[in-house]
Amino acid sequence: MALLQISEPGMSTAPHQHRLAVGIDLGTTNSLVATVRHGISVVLNDENGRAMLPSVVRYTADGQIIVGEAAQLMQSQDTANTISSVKRFMGRGLHDMGEISRFPYRFVEAPALGKTAGMLQLRTVAGIKSPVEISAEILNVLRRQAEAALGGELVGAVITVPAYFDDAQRQATKDAARLAGINVLRLLNEPTAAAIAYGLDNASEGVYAVYDLGGGTFDISILRLSRGVFEVLATNGDSALGGDDFDHRIYCWLLEKSNLSALPPQDTRLLLTHARAAKEQLTEHGETRITAILSSGVLIDQVLTQVEFFVLSKNLVQNTLQPLRRALRDAGLKVGEINGVVMVGGATRMPQIQQAVGDFFGQTPLTNLDPDKVVALGAAIQANVLAGNRSGDDWLLLDVIPLSLGIETMGGLVEKIIPRNSTLPTARAQEFTTYKDGQTAMSIQVVQGERELVSDCRSLARFELRGIPAMVAGAARIRVTFQVDADGLLSVAAREMRSGVEAAIEVKPAYGLSDADIMRMLQESGQHAADDMQARALREQQIEANQLLEAVDNALEQNGNLLNADEQLCIRTQMNGLRVALQQNNHQVLKHATEALNQATTEFAQRRMDQSVNSVLAGRTLDSIE
Amino acid sequence: MAITLTATAAKHVQNFMIKRGKGVGLRLGVRTTGCSGMAYKLEFADVIEEDDLQFQSQGVTVLIDPKSLPYLDGMELDYQREGLNEGFKFNNPNVKNECGCGESFQV
Repeated sequence: MALLQISEPGMSTAPHQHRLAVGIDLGTTNSLVATVRHGISVVLNDENGRAMLPSVVRYTADGQIIVGEAAQLMQSQDTANTISSVKRFMGRGLHDMGEISRFPYRFVEAPALGKTAGMLQLRTVAGIKSPVEISAEILNVLRRQAEAALGGELVGAVITVPAYFDDAQRQATKDAARLAGINVLRLLNEPTAAAIAYGLDNASEGVYAVYDLGGGTFDISILRLSRGVFEVLATNGDSALGGDDFDHRIYCWLLEKSNLSALPPQDTRLLLTHARAAKEQLTEHGETRITAILSSGVLIDQVLTQVEFFVLSKNLVQNTLQPLRRALRDAGLKVGEINGVVMVGGATRMPQIQQAVGDFFGQTPLTNLDPDKVVALGAAIQANVLAGNRSGDDWLLLDVIPLSLGIETMGGLVEKIIPRNSTLPTARAQEFTTYKDGQTAMSIQVVQGERELVSDCRSLARFELRGIPAMVAGAARIRVTFQVDADGLLSVAAREMRSGVEAAIEVKPAYGLSDADIMRMLQESGQHAADDMQARALREQQIEANQLLEAVDNALEQNGNLLNADEQLCIRTQMNGLRVALQQNNHQVLKHATEALNQATTEFAQRRMDQSVNSVLAGRTLDSIE
Repeated sequence: MAITLTATAAKHVQNFMIKRGKGVGLRLGVRTTGCSGMAYKLEFADVIEEDDLQFQSQGVTVLIDPKSLPYLDGMELDYQREGLNEGFKFNNPNVKNECGCGESFQV
């Protein structure tokens, strides 16, 4: 047998199966995808080894869609068709955007109807695009990147959104994911994802503030972590403040210094790109030089010092402190009660931010995880849990399934599909097949409980899948999907994969089961473990015996002529022996009788095989056979 | 009713536990999954559950949930090297059938 390694508690995976799930940080400036590998959350790089995908999408006249760095490079040349920071437009109408002249795009008023009703749109050479479609292009690249790195199809993803996103913005994010072919396991607030990454990796306890200054959004969250379970005490922030605004300050400073006023769009982008580079330079260096040639031929050459930048951005930094005070007040906490401050978002690399936050809380903020990656890492951990790769966890259990859910299989056995203690919401699927030749319907009984036999579990619902095309036993592929939503509502769907016929039912599993009932069912399952094992073995043997009997019966009917009377008698005797053994409920006796019949029919099977080969080849020359 | 470890397996378990820095023992179990019925579970344990059964072998604490025990009773856990791979091997007298890759089994 295979050699096994010791897994972390709850981390052992089923053979041949690790459910590929990722966390996606769909950022204003950059997007990332991460997954849990061998129990550790890691960011997945693209084929060039880059983790961060610039959230920039460019549409070209010949219908190409370019995403990421290649699109970003073209930003200053093809401004109107190269969309960056699309996240700011998600679920937003034109009236929400304030002064739209600062965006170099051609906006189109929102459609009145349809999925993107009320959401602004952008006119590009490739036609009018909604922010949902543009975001979907970014997500699509991330999905392909993840599938290439992991070597398989994703079960789903957790996608992060700013805590401030309202329903329209969240829905738009979900729609974008669906458009990109991603199954959204959950939308997760970005600060919460960061807390998951820090809280678990470092096993920290206490009250934490998560200061998240991303490209376009600012969030502050106050979280309480205890015994690995965390609770969000308060959130606050500003959904239109981020690193981009710091770029904009440098850009305005450049215009002022160079005595320029309104610029054509491509010059605006060019200078903003230079402004961003200058901002990043000033994190490590005392001063930086900005040189650029505008389309009018004007040369811009300025030196910006760190001290000057601090002064320029002082108001922006101060603007982040007001939400901090409000969040603390909402949580009913004083500054001194915060045990630690987590920094999230690339903009928190700026020394003036770290200084201001440190001064405000009276302590050095935590930066030991990469602030650009921490959100994606946390989302991946959450995705791993939601996809069912971990079980029996005691953290982040928003809600769990108290008893396993499964279906009845042949012989009154239970096949568990969603194990007990799975977190909600969850979805799992398993494939089943037909038991008899030409079977066209399948009755699906949904059961709840830990025992091996249906009669010892609780039946929740029963429905039928009809219209399965007639096939030999075992050829049909029937996928049964169990889905339990966040409210504990179970829906079960069955689908025959070749013909596409399907049937579904909704059940409320918790209905009518008291805590005492659940306790009793769990205890019984432990007490009866050995009995259940015997019972399962017997039932499996019975199924095998019945299948064999039926197969031999069919074979005798079709090809009985291949046997002489003695041989027929011998097989029929063994069949009778097996039928008698079936009555006895003894696993071993049944097993021997099954083996005996198997042996008695070996020669018969051989002859049937020869005959069918002969009938295929009869009357054909060697040339006509491929 | 017993589960044992070979001396080699015990030595490796102890080394892994020291490297990991925490844990109360080794958790073994089975789950109904995989291509041939059952699959083994081999994990570190951080907590002893109330209904866990405990065994001591070669100085290692082995924890098993009562539902898994009948499938594993009498088993010996070994540590082997096969070609370039090394890892733990379940010598389980209850096994009647295994799938080709040996990751799942039937009793």
